[in-house]
Amino acid sequence: MQMDRPAQLVLEDGTAFSGRAAGAPGVSAGEICFTTAMAGYEEAVTDPSYSAQVLVFSYPLVGNYGVDESRMESNRVWTEGVVSRRLRPSFAGWLAGRGVVALEEVDTRAVVRHVRSQGAMRCALGEAEPGELLARALAEPHIDYERALAEPELAHPPLGLLAGTSEPYSVGSGPRVAVLDFGCKRSIVGRLAQRGLEAYVCPPTYDADAVLELKPRVVLVGNGPGDPAQLTDAIQTVRDLLGRVELFGVCLGHQLLGLALGLGTYKLPFGHRGANHPVRVRDTSRVLVTVQNHGFAVDASDAPEVSHLSLNDGTVEGLAGDGFASLQFHPEAAPGPLDAIPFFDRIADACRSAPTFAAS
Amino acid sequence: MPKRTDLRSILIVGSGPIRIGQACEFDYSGSQACRVLRAEGYRVVLVNSNPATIMTDPAWADATYIEPLDADAVAAIVERERPDAILPTLGGQTALNLAVELGEAGVLDRFGVELIGANLDAIHRAEDRLAFREAVVEAGLTVPESAVVSSLAELPAGLAPAVVRPAFTLGGQGGGLARTEEELRERVAHGLEMSPIDQVLVERSVEGWQEFELEVMSDRAGNCVVICSIENLDPMGVHTGDSWTVAPQQTLSDPEYQRLRDAAFACARTVGVATGGANVQFAYDPASGELFVIEMNPRVSRSSALASKATGYPIAKLAALLAVGYTLDELPNDITGASSAAFEPALDYVAVKAPRFDFAKFPWVEPVLGTEMRAVGEALGLGRTFPEALLKALEGREDGGDLPEIPGLHPYFAAELESIREAERRLAVDGDVTAAKRFGLPDARIARVLGVSEREVRSCRALPGRLAVDSCAAEFEARTPYYYLSYEEGDPVAGSSATGTILILGSGPNRIGQGIEFDYCCVHAAQAFRRLGYEAVLLNSNPETVSTDYDTSDRLYLEPITLERALDVCALEQPLGVVVTLGGQTPLSLAHALAGEGVPLLGDPLPAIDQAEDRGKFGLVLEELALRAPRWGVADTREEALVVAGRIGYPVLVRPHYVLGGLRMRVVRSPEELEIHEPALVDEFLEHAIELDVDILCDGEDAWVAGILEHVEPAGVHSGDSACVIPGPSVTPALEAEIGELARQLSRRLSARGLLNLQLALREDELYVIEANPRASRTVPFVAKATGMPLVDLACRLMLGASLSSLGLPAKAHPTRAWAKEAIFPDDRFPGAADRTVQMRSTGEVMAGGDTVTEAYQRALRAAGRSAAYGRGTVGPSLQELAGTGR
Repeated sequence: MQMDRPAQLVLEDGTAFSGRAAGAPGVSAGEICFTTAMAGYEEAVTDPSYSAQVLVFSYPLVGNYGVDESRMESNRVWTEGVVSRRLRPSFAGWLAGRGVVALEEVDTRAVVRHVRSQGAMRCALGEAEPGELLARALAEPHIDYERALAEPELAHPPLGLLAGTSEPYSVGSGPRVAVLDFGCKRSIVGRLAQRGLEAYVCPPTYDADAVLELKPRVVLVGNGPGDPAQLTDAIQTVRDLLGRVELFGVCLGHQLLGLALGLGTYKLPFGHRGANHPVRVRDTSRVLVTVQNHGFAVDASDAPEVSHLSLNDGTVEGLAGDGFASLQFHPEAAPGPLDAIPFFDRIADACRSAPTFAAS
Repeated sequence: MPKRTDLRSILIVGSGPIRIGQACEFDYSGSQACRVLRAEGYRVVLVNSNPATIMTDPAWADATYIEPLDADAVAAIVERERPDAILPTLGGQTALNLAVELGEAGVLDRFGVELIGANLDAIHRAEDRLAFREAVVEAGLTVPESAVVSSLAELPAGLAPAVVRPAFTLGGQGGGLARTEEELRERVAHGLEMSPIDQVLVERSVEGWQEFELEVMSDRAGNCVVICSIENLDPMGVHTGDSWTVAPQQTLSDPEYQRLRDAAFACARTVGVATGGANVQFAYDPASGELFVIEMNPRVSRSSALASKATGYPIAKLAALLAVGYTLDELPNDITGASSAAFEPALDYVAVKAPRFDFAKFPWVEPVLGTEMRAVGEALGLGRTFPEALLKALEGREDGGDLPEIPGLHPYFAAELESIREAERRLAVDGDVTAAKRFGLPDARIARVLGVSEREVRSCRALPGRLAVDSCAAEFEARTPYYYLSYEEGDPVAGSSATGTILILGSGPNRIGQGIEFDYCCVHAAQAFRRLGYEAVLLNSNPETVSTDYDTSDRLYLEPITLERALDVCALEQPLGVVVTLGGQTPLSLAHALAGEGVPLLGDPLPAIDQAEDRGKFGLVLEELALRAPRWGVADTREEALVVAGRIGYPVLVRPHYVLGGLRMRVVRSPEELEIHEPALVDEFLEHAIELDVDILCDGEDAWVAGILEHVEPAGVHSGDSACVIPGPSVTPALEAEIGELARQLSRRLSARGLLNLQLALREDELYVIEANPRASRTVPFVAKATGMPLVDLACRLMLGASLSSLGLPAKAHPTRAWAKEAIFPDDRFPGAADRTVQMRSTGEVMAGGDTVTEAYQRALRAAGRSAAYGRGTVGPSLQELAGTGR
C-alpha cells in the first residue's frame, strides 16, 4: 500500500491546491506555468527553458510510457517542481531520484484556470504547511526583469547565464554553426548535426568577437530561460553580430534578436506552452502547428521584420530580414509536431552558401 | 482563401439506413454540414432514405428528398435540382460510393456538377487497395506485404496467416483473418463475393500489433492538422469499430507519435484528400519499430464523430466549410470563439469508447470478434483519469459486464485496469468513498464493494464538478456548454434562464430496438423547449448522435445514463422537469428511481407507465374499458404454462416475463413445443391478423391520432422488423373512427400526456389492443415525416401542460402522400438475421413515397436493396414541396 504523503501547491496570491507528494521530499519554489502538451514529459522537464519554473501538466496522465533518458533535452531536470493529476510510478521515481519535488492528485485544471485568469506568479510546493509554502513563494525572485529590479533584495543573475554551458563544445561535423547557449535544447544541436553541420556550442558570455573568432558560417542564438531584457550583454553581442554573419534565433534567441534590432519585449500574461499553437506564415494561408515554451514576446506586431504571427493571439512568432531569421516557437519540437523542421534545412542551406568567414 | 462564390447550390448525400458499420454518426456529420452551409448562404439539397435522421427534417435543407440512395435516384435529383456541387464526404461509404458511380456514369459531367471535399482520383486511390498501396509506398511509408486478388486462381501460396479485405465494402464486411492456407482460400472466395468490384486484398497479418488512428483535417492551402489520436486497446486483429479505444493515444512517446503524425499527413497528401476530414489507420510494433499504414478513409468517418465528441472540435462542420473553399487559418475555433481552428486540440481528460454488441439477438452466431465489425453501437466515457473514463464507458454500455478482458493488452492499460481492482481492494479496507470517487469508481461499484445501497454512497459523497470539453485544456475560456462530470472543482457556468431548465435523458448507445429514432426525438425536444424559452439540457453517452452535438442543447453532459449521473446533473441543474419518455427504455427504466429521489418528471408519466407496462394492471384497464385484447396468462413452470396455453388455445406467444424487446420470445404451436426456463408470459397469438402501429398525441383528457401505420407482414413479426405503409389499405374511415375513440378512451384512462403508441391487431374486422406504450415510439420520426407534423414538438408542449385544443391541430392528420417503411437487417454479418420473427433484429429502416401505397412499398424495397430498381429515372417531390413551402 502506498504511503500517503499529503502535500500542497501554494501560489503567491495565497491560493492553495492539495495533492500528494510523489517525487523527492522537501519543498521547492519557482514561477508557476503550465503546458498543454499531451506527451513528451521527459523532454519538458529537462528543457533548460523551464529553469526557475514549476511545471503543471494540464494533461492528467503523466509517465504512461516510462522513462527513456535518450529523450532528455539536457543532462538534468530543470523544472523546480512538477504538478500533475496522475503520475505513473516509474516517472515519479525517476524524478524523486533526481531530487525533483513532484505532486500528483492535484486538480490541475483548476490550477490552469487560475493561472489563465490571474497570470503567471510565484509558487511553492511540497510536504509543508500552506503558510510555510506561501512564505517560500514570496521569497522567490521574479523572473520578470522589471519586477526583479524593483525588489533588489531578490536580485539574481540572468537565468540564461546560469543555464548555458561554461565550456564550449562541438557536436557533429561539417560547416560550422556557432550556437550561443543560454540553455539550448539538445534537439536543436542534434538537428544541426543531423544535417551534416558542426554545432559549436559557446558559453552565453561570448561576445561577438569571440564568436566570430570561431569562423562560423552562421550563428544560431538558442533558447533559454528568463527575461531576455535582463541579458544586456548578450543583446549587445547579437547587435554586434548583425550584418557580419547570418544570424538565426530560436525562442530566447529570437527575443534577443528582436531587442538587438531595437524592438521591445514584454511578459505575456501566462505564456505559451504546449504543442498545438497555430502560427501563420505572414501574408500567406500557410499554418504551422508549433511547439511553444515562452513567457516573453517581441513587441512589434506590425514591424516589417515580422515573418510569423500567432493565430491565437496575434503575437509575434518570427522575424526575418537581410541576414537574419528567428522563430519564437521551437522548430526542433521535442516534444511536439515537426511542422517547422525545415527551419534547420534553411540553416544548412545558409551554411553551404555562406562565405567561409565573415571577416570584420 | 475565402469561400467560393461560384457555387450556389450544393447536394449533400446522406448515408441511408443504420447498418452495422454505418450508424447515426453520419446523421451528425450531415446535419452539421447542412446547417453550416445554409448559414453560409448556399442552397442545400439533401437526399437520404433514412426517415429517423435529423438531417431529413425539412427545416435542415432547402430541398429534402427521401429517396433510395442509388445512382439512379440521385441522378434524377441532380437533373431536377441542378446543384453546382455534390458534397459526398459526410455520408459515409455509401455517399462516397455513390459519387464514384455518378462520376463513372457520366452524370457529373452531363450536368456540370463538381465534387467538392473529395475528387474521384483521390477516392479511387484511397479505396482501391492496389492504388492505395502504390501511393503510400511512393510517399516513403510502409504497408504489410500483400497481394491483390480478383479470383481464387490469383491467390499466391504461403501468405497465411493473412487478413482478407474486400474492396469497397463497409465496416470490413466480408473480410477476416485466415490462419491457415485452407482458411485463406475460403475467406478469399467469400470476400470476392462481397466486393462490388470482385477484388480483395490479402495482407500479411499484423495481429497483435498496436493499432492507432489519426483524424486529419486538411484545407486547399495544403495545411494539415491532427484533431485527435485514437489508440485501440484491442490490438490489431479486432475491427476498430469493435475495439475499446482511447483518445488521445496513451502509450507512444512523443517521437513515436510524431512519426505517426507525419506519416498520416504524407498519406493524406499522397492519396490527395482535397479538403476536409480523413482518417488514417496504423499498425505499430514497438519492439521492432515497424510502422504500417493499414488504411485511410478520405472522408468523415465513425472515428471522426468519436474524435469530435472526444475533443469538442466540430470536424464535420469544418469539413463542410473547407470544402467550399475556406482555409483553416480563416476559421475560428467555435469552442473558444477567440482562438483559431487551425490547431490541434489539447485534452485535459481521457475519452474511452466501449463497443456495444447485440450477440444475444443472434444466439446461433459465435460471439467472436475479428476484422469484420459486429458492434451495433458505442458509449463514450470522459474522465480525468483513465479508470474514470473507462468505467463510465462501461456503465454507458448498459449491458452490465465487468472490466473488459482483452488479450494482448498493452502493459500500460493492464496496469490501469489493475489499478481499478486495487482501488476497490483499498476501498474495501478503508471505506474512503471520497478517494474512491476521485479515483473514478461509480456509485454502483462502490455500493457493491461496501455492501451498501447506492443511496448510502450518494449520501456520503460530494457532488462532482462539471468540467468543459473545451479543446484547449482550459488555456482559453470556453464558450460552448459541453461538459462531463468529475471530482474536481467545476468550471464556471453561465447563469440559467429565468424560465427554467428541462433535462432530457437520451438513449445511450445504439442497439437493436433502440436506435437513432430516439435520438431524433430527444433532439427535437431540445429544440422545442429552447423555442419555448426554456433551457434544454441533454444527458447522453452516445458519441455518434446529433444529441451529443454541443449545438443541439443549451448544455450537454456527455455521461452514461445511469441513476448516479442523472441525479448529479439534476442536482447541478435543478431542472423544472426531466423528460424520460423520449429516449426509449434506457431513460424510462430510471423513471421510478428518479421520482423516488424527488426529481420532477415532466408530464407526470409514471401512472401511465405503471398501468401500461404491468400486464395485470393493463388487462384490468382494457377490461374496464371493454376493449378487446389477446387472452394471456403468466406461468412460473412448464405445468402452469401448459394450463394457461390450454385455456387460451394454440398457437401462443411465450416470452420471459421481465425481458424487453422481444428477446427470447417465440410462437408455440403445440403443447410438445412448450418449454419455459423462467417465469413467462403466455399470450394468445393472433395468427393472420393485420397489425397496426398507432402514434397518438394526448393531453390527459383527449387524444389526437397522428398516424395509423399498417404492417405489411401479418401479426407475429416484431413491429420494429415489419415493413409498414401509411395510409393503411385496411384502415377504413369506420376503423379510423374506432381507433380514434379507442385512443381517446385509453389515453384518458391512463392519464397519458404527450406521446402514446398503440400496437393493435385487426382480425376478422375485430380490433385487439396488444400493447400501449406511453412514450415516444420507434415510428415517431416516420409518422412525423409522412404527415409533415412536428410530433415531438407538439408532445413537448403537451408535457408542459398545454391542452390538445390549444395546439391548433387539424381535425385529423393526413399523410402528404403514400409512404412506406422497410426494415434493414444485419444478415450480411449475421446470416439468418433477416428472417422476420417476433424478435427484433433489424438495425435500421428506409422510407420511400409514391402515389399509391403499392408504389411507395415497391420503392421502399428498392431503397432497401431488395427489389429491382422500381420506378427508375423518376423522383418524387421534396418534403418542402409536399409541405407547400418549397420551389
